[in-house]
Amino acid sequence: MRWSVRPAQYLALVLYLLFLGFPLLWLISASVKSSAELNSLSVNLIPSEWHWDNYGEALSRQGLLHSAFNSLLVALASTVLAILISVPAAYVLARLKGKLRIAGVTWILVSQVFPVVLVILPLFLVLRTLGLADSLVGLTLVHTTYILPFALWMLQGYVAAIPVDLEEAGAMDGATRFTVLRTIVFPLLAPGVVATAMFSFVSSWNEFFFALVLLQSPENYTLPITLTMFIGGEGKVALGPLAAGAVLAAIPSIAFFSLLRKKLTGGLMAGAVKG
Amino acid sequence: MTTATQPRRAAPAPPPRPKKTTQARTRRREAIALVMPSLIPILVLSVAPLVIGIVLAFTDTRLVRHPDFGFAGIDNFVRLGGNSLFWDSLRIGLIWTVGVTVLQLAAAMGLALLLNSGLKLQGLTRVLALIPWAMPPVVVAIMWQMIYSANGGPLNAFLGSIGLPDGINWLGDFNTALPAVIVVGVWVGMPQTTVTLLAGLQQIPTELHEAAAVDGAGAWRRFTAVTWPSMRPIVSSITSLNFIWNFNSFSLVYVLTAGGPGGKTMVPVLFVYLEAFKNREIGYAAAMGLVLVIVVVALLAIYLRSQFRGDRPERGR
Repeated sequence: MRWSVRPAQYLALVLYLLFLGFPLLWLISASVKSSAELNSLSVNLIPSEWHWDNYGEALSRQGLLHSAFNSLLVALASTVLAILISVPAAYVLARLKGKLRIAGVTWILVSQVFPVVLVILPLFLVLRTLGLADSLVGLTLVHTTYILPFALWMLQGYVAAIPVDLEEAGAMDGATRFTVLRTIVFPLLAPGVVATAMFSFVSSWNEFFFALVLLQSPENYTLPITLTMFIGGEGKVALGPLAAGAVLAAIPSIAFFSLLRKKLTGGLMAGAVKG
Repeated sequence: MTTATQPRRAAPAPPPRPKKTTQARTRRREAIALVMPSLIPILVLSVAPLVIGIVLAFTDTRLVRHPDFGFAGIDNFVRLGGNSLFWDSLRIGLIWTVGVTVLQLAAAMGLALLLNSGLKLQGLTRVLALIPWAMPPVVVAIMWQMIYSANGGPLNAFLGSIGLPDGINWLGDFNTALPAVIVVGVWVGMPQTTVTLLAGLQQIPTELHEAAAVDGAGAWRRFTAVTWPSMRPIVSSITSLNFIWNFNSFSLVYVLTAGGPGGKTMVPVLFVYLEAFKNREIGYAAAMGLVLVIVVVALLAIYLRSQFRGDRPERGR
């Protein structure tokens, strides 16, 4: 690299950082501005005075806290379900060759091609028949469905990264397959399971479409739905509380992804980059 | 890079296994035992809806209290042929999908190359790069509504300060709504693509670049002769995935514009949603959904074929 190139490169990088980072900074800034400052047409990234009331107001409005709790319940339950279902399946998918593997990989890919809007139609009809359409139980089942392919994909990548030799060594010592799984594979897989679980949790926490279709009663709303209720008609938006609510909704996902950056990209990559 | 990121090529041929030993049979049985508890929920929760969804497309099911499933043959599809609004939305959907996918790839490739050339600020960029992808789509939409706002939005303020017209209602104007939404789509999708491409770039042996440099190749020539060819498999897989995700993405556009102004951002998934849950035409909406699936698969097939001219993609056999 010649030195003359460097300044230009840094300029490009700064522009990228601005594009990626500025909207988020603006949102955070709006969440601590007074309504007077938001309504005046002055544009400052740094608020003239820090105004924390927006957060209090957001939390007290329209059951935001209640819907955050709903989101938490659904995200936890669907994560546990998805992990329980996908750990054994991912093991088989990664370890066994042949028809089963092809079927599994094909299904994962095919499930991505179908738009959720087509998948939700039969799910909705079935859930309504069961009386679960407007319920957190129904939403949990649907979220589990939605998360499964991703969880399987990530986990089988983590399984594939565990050398088979270890298992064979265990088998040589006369241990049964299930003993080998318990004592060798699962301990090694644990970090991958944690990463997958967090990814699943965030996927459910963020999910909007299924919640929009299924949930009718305000007491069942999840956080994203309640947030859209904040957006009133044009001009009636309470920008400060809306921004504060949005920041609160984004905190878990940002925290998880900052913690798990390396792990996560590893897992997704293992599935994504197939030579 | 962890070992998990190593691309898994087709495994070398396994050593010949003695057939029909009790060991082989136990292995099979164990595999079945392992997969069974997960296979049933997978079948019930995801395979069944796909199949029923396809079946619904050939019925006249409506969203009423007691729906009756009347078989309608290809009536829905015939009706769809004459529905110009649907075809309009398909056209908008393709502009949205191709626009976002191409710009995502270009922007992500630029950033990945920058990061790969050993600049500082790597850590900051990586954190920033993953945040858009991790955020709830609803929050992203709210955020960008503020950025684009016609009264007091920072984008207009910035344009005004450099002497450009500054009263544009980006999301409400017929001409700017779709491009504005596409930019948000790029913002969301670029990070994940960048990370994937960066991982690919880091797997290219440096010797190749050094050899090319010794032969007197400039930066651009090195990119076209060394980087791009080595990246092709990764680029085509991430592009295919992005294409599917972008085509099927709903929440972002729904919250940003709800398909407006005047249907200018009415992407097809939004159209199908309205048909199913506002007009209560489940069967008709399912037919639309099926057409979308066919369109995506056809476009993917064309794209992948163009990528693998001459060299056949690996086939698991």
